[in-house]
Amino acid sequence: MGMTHIVDRRLNGKNKSAVNRERFLRRYRHHIKKAVADAVHKRSITDVERGEKVSIPTRDIDEPIFHHGQGGRREMVHPGNQEFVAGDMIPKPQGGGGQGGGQGQASPDGEGMDEFAFQITQEEFLDFLFDDLELPNLARKKLKDTEAFKYVRAGFTNQGVPAKLDVVRSLRGAHARRLGLGGARKKKIRDLEKQLQALKSAPEDLDPAFSHDDQIKVLEDEIARLKANVRRIPFIDEIDLRYRQHVKQPKPATSAVMFCLMDVSGSMTQMHKDIAKRFFILLYLFLKKNYKKIDVVFIRHHTSAKEVDEEEFFYSRETGGTIVSSAIKLMHKIIESRYSPSEWNIYAAQASDGDNWNDDSPVCGKLLADSILPLVQYYAYVEITPQDHQMLWYEYEKILERFPQSFAMQQIADPGEIYPVFRQLFERKAA
Amino acid sequence: MSKTVDRPNAPENQQPGARKPISTGSEWTFELIQQYDEEIARCAQEFGLDTYPNQIEVISAEQMMDAYSSVGMPVGYHHWSFGKQFLNTAKGYQRGQMGLAYEIVINSNPCIAYLMEENTLPMQALVIAHACYGHNSFFKGNYLFRTWTDASAIIDYLVFARNYVAECEERHGVDAVEEILDSCHALMNYGVDRYKRPPPISAAEEARRQKEREEYQQRRINDLWRTIPRLDDDDDPVRRQRRFPEEPQENLLYFIEKNAPLLETWQREIIRIVRKLGQYFYPQRQTQVMNEGWATFWHYTLLHRMYDKGLVNDGFMLEFLQSHSAVVYQPPFNSPWYSGINPYTLGFSIFTDLRRICETPTEEDREWFPDIAGSDWLETLHFAMRNFKDESFIQQFLSPKVMRDLKLFAIENDDQEDHYTVTAIHDDPGYRPLREKLARQYNLSYREPNIQVWNVDVRGDRSLTLRHIPVDRVPLGEDTEEVVRHVHRLWGFDVHLESVDDGTVVEEYHCPPPSPIEE
Repeated sequence: MGMTHIVDRRLNGKNKSAVNRERFLRRYRHHIKKAVADAVHKRSITDVERGEKVSIPTRDIDEPIFHHGQGGRREMVHPGNQEFVAGDMIPKPQGGGGQGGGQGQASPDGEGMDEFAFQITQEEFLDFLFDDLELPNLARKKLKDTEAFKYVRAGFTNQGVPAKLDVVRSLRGAHARRLGLGGARKKKIRDLEKQLQALKSAPEDLDPAFSHDDQIKVLEDEIARLKANVRRIPFIDEIDLRYRQHVKQPKPATSAVMFCLMDVSGSMTQMHKDIAKRFFILLYLFLKKNYKKIDVVFIRHHTSAKEVDEEEFFYSRETGGTIVSSAIKLMHKIIESRYSPSEWNIYAAQASDGDNWNDDSPVCGKLLADSILPLVQYYAYVEITPQDHQMLWYEYEKILERFPQSFAMQQIADPGEIYPVFRQLFERKAA
Repeated sequence: MSKTVDRPNAPENQQPGARKPISTGSEWTFELIQQYDEEIARCAQEFGLDTYPNQIEVISAEQMMDAYSSVGMPVGYHHWSFGKQFLNTAKGYQRGQMGLAYEIVINSNPCIAYLMEENTLPMQALVIAHACYGHNSFFKGNYLFRTWTDASAIIDYLVFARNYVAECEERHGVDAVEEILDSCHALMNYGVDRYKRPPPISAAEEARRQKEREEYQQRRINDLWRTIPRLDDDDDPVRRQRRFPEEPQENLLYFIEKNAPLLETWQREIIRIVRKLGQYFYPQRQTQVMNEGWATFWHYTLLHRMYDKGLVNDGFMLEFLQSHSAVVYQPPFNSPWYSGINPYTLGFSIFTDLRRICETPTEEDREWFPDIAGSDWLETLHFAMRNFKDESFIQQFLSPKVMRDLKLFAIENDDQEDHYTVTAIHDDPGYRPLREKLARQYNLSYREPNIQVWNVDVRGDRSLTLRHIPVDRVPLGEDTEEVVRHVHRLWGFDVHLESVDDGTVVEEYHCPPPSPIEE
């Protein structure tokens, strides 16, 4: 006795099966990808960030072994006899093979269902969703990332440029120095002045040999000498100066800003906006996987552009004409004031039904080429219309020729095309 | 452990409540588990149960699912099928379909048993009695386990196997290893020499000899496949007709490991690993009724002994008996919950009745079991546990009373008839045939198709021919083609499988399938 060893294993890692689970998902990735793709265009937008149930036909997943099939002569012993006696004959059900045999050869999972269903997590869902996709220029930006630095304060130093001078700290230093150097002398001056005062107010001695005048002269000379001495202490000296110290730290550009530009003029129906919305959400989820911090800026426009919150962006309606350039101009302004390209990876997606004042389209092209595309990682334009293209599309085609690396455009006619188009736009480009 | 059987005083006569119960609540603590284990061990010793030392591991439900999905191997190599198993287990558990409660117990020395933290104290005591003293003594005593497994080496071997597979994955890629494993798993049940005692598994030995094998194996295979035939061979018609192998081989994995022409050394090693695991599980597949029956009989008997000693109270026994009756519930054949004979029920019934036959035999018992009726029950049960497997155990010890209690009957299903026939029931003329039929049902070679290596065309296209001998015209199942593809992957040349009934080929499978032009 006493041979038993009791161990608490609860704190040991669970998830011993994690690798096996991963192997399973890997093996059935084609099935899972299909389920994920279906889910993406069935789901409502607020709903994209969760896992998904995946079903795989059992026959695809079976592990085959040699076993008996139906047929031949088989005998089985069963429990629970009620009225049978030896020699009884029971007619077989029509059309079905014999059921009596085959015990234990059915699927070991018991239920004999045609589908093997299981749940993948949100994380896995997104992995499959973005499998094979890669944001263009990610690699280039990575190189650039290593050149981005930020300065962090690191105390004070006594050398530096005037711009970094800390005045308060410098004056405090000077004051201390002045106290240090002049304090003793000033005290002496005060003492001597007190003696001088005493001498001056004392009654005159009749004996000229004891005249105060000499003593007063001595004291006055001494005081003058000391005062000159004190005056020679500089109010501020070079050694008093203190500069703010900053050191350079490499800063990974892990933040991205995503601009959503959308036409909300009268010609954009709710259906158009829904399509656009899904597209933006895909982009958002995608960026979320690649960057730690993501800002989203929503710019809606008709004849004029406005920065709005998400709710207003997707749900309020406007009427009127369309001037696309107003949105591009606003975007540029926002980049300049808030999102320095040295610190932010900038992405933009523009959705429109292609409508624009014809005079404005060349302006848009010029704005993009001159002021936007040099700043952004990627600018994607989706035109949501089953109809023929208008001026804006052709203008953008010229941009595409000049900036194939950072500009992409596609047409979407119905919701089913969002995902394929998204994939196309963000396809991993062969190096 | 001492061999002397320290016979308990007739427990029936002892007053319950003679001592203070160990505990009254249902919350467990480590101290309580230890106390229960000590008392159960004392009872087990009274009954002469000889066990390996126990290692009880308390784990969470999630860890229990991990343990479930690795099919009872505490350390396993990685494979998608275990992931599938895990997803299945998790699904069932989350839906509440499946209690994870019971027992996973590893046939190792020390014998590892898992207790789930969610269990109540009576459940923990039940599992300790069932696994740590029931299964454990079975592992140590039963001749199949003694012959086929080496409890002290299995954990080390599993670690060796896992490391080796991981190493191969690193060197040859996950996909290549997965392919080989898939194919081996398809043949895992055909990786055992049924009639030969295998050499014991030992990790250290394996590692030492692995190097050696690497060097000599390839040479051996080259000898077999030396392609230039000697002239005088061809002149001798007897030699030309001689098959290779000369005798049919039932151990497909062994044959492939040793003779497949194109396999690389690491692939042979992986086949060997799966083969060894098949061998490790082989006794379990043949002793399910006995093993579960034995463990159930002992949890029942040991905990009643605890009650007789006053170590557990009525509340404990009520909860315990409720779980116990759930375990041994046998739904009748026409119940929606029926899924075959419950091995716990059958085994528990036989062992319980065996004790009855020894202690209070009837006329019928004396007629059926003249050697056993009235004998020492403990000795008889231990004898039965040690020397039988399911098939022979049922053949030997299934009594008319158990057949009556379970209301057993046999049904014949012949595809040439339009009706089922009841061939035997639990009555005088039926007992013997019924017992025979039930015993046969647990015969592995009846449960699984008899497939052997028949021939290799050594001088020709190197094709491998397997032969299936059907019993009672029962054909092969629908997976067969798929499995033959796996054999082909391992063998590397054409594979044929023919079902030969009474000298005629009744069914053929080929991989690759014969092209129509050849016809």
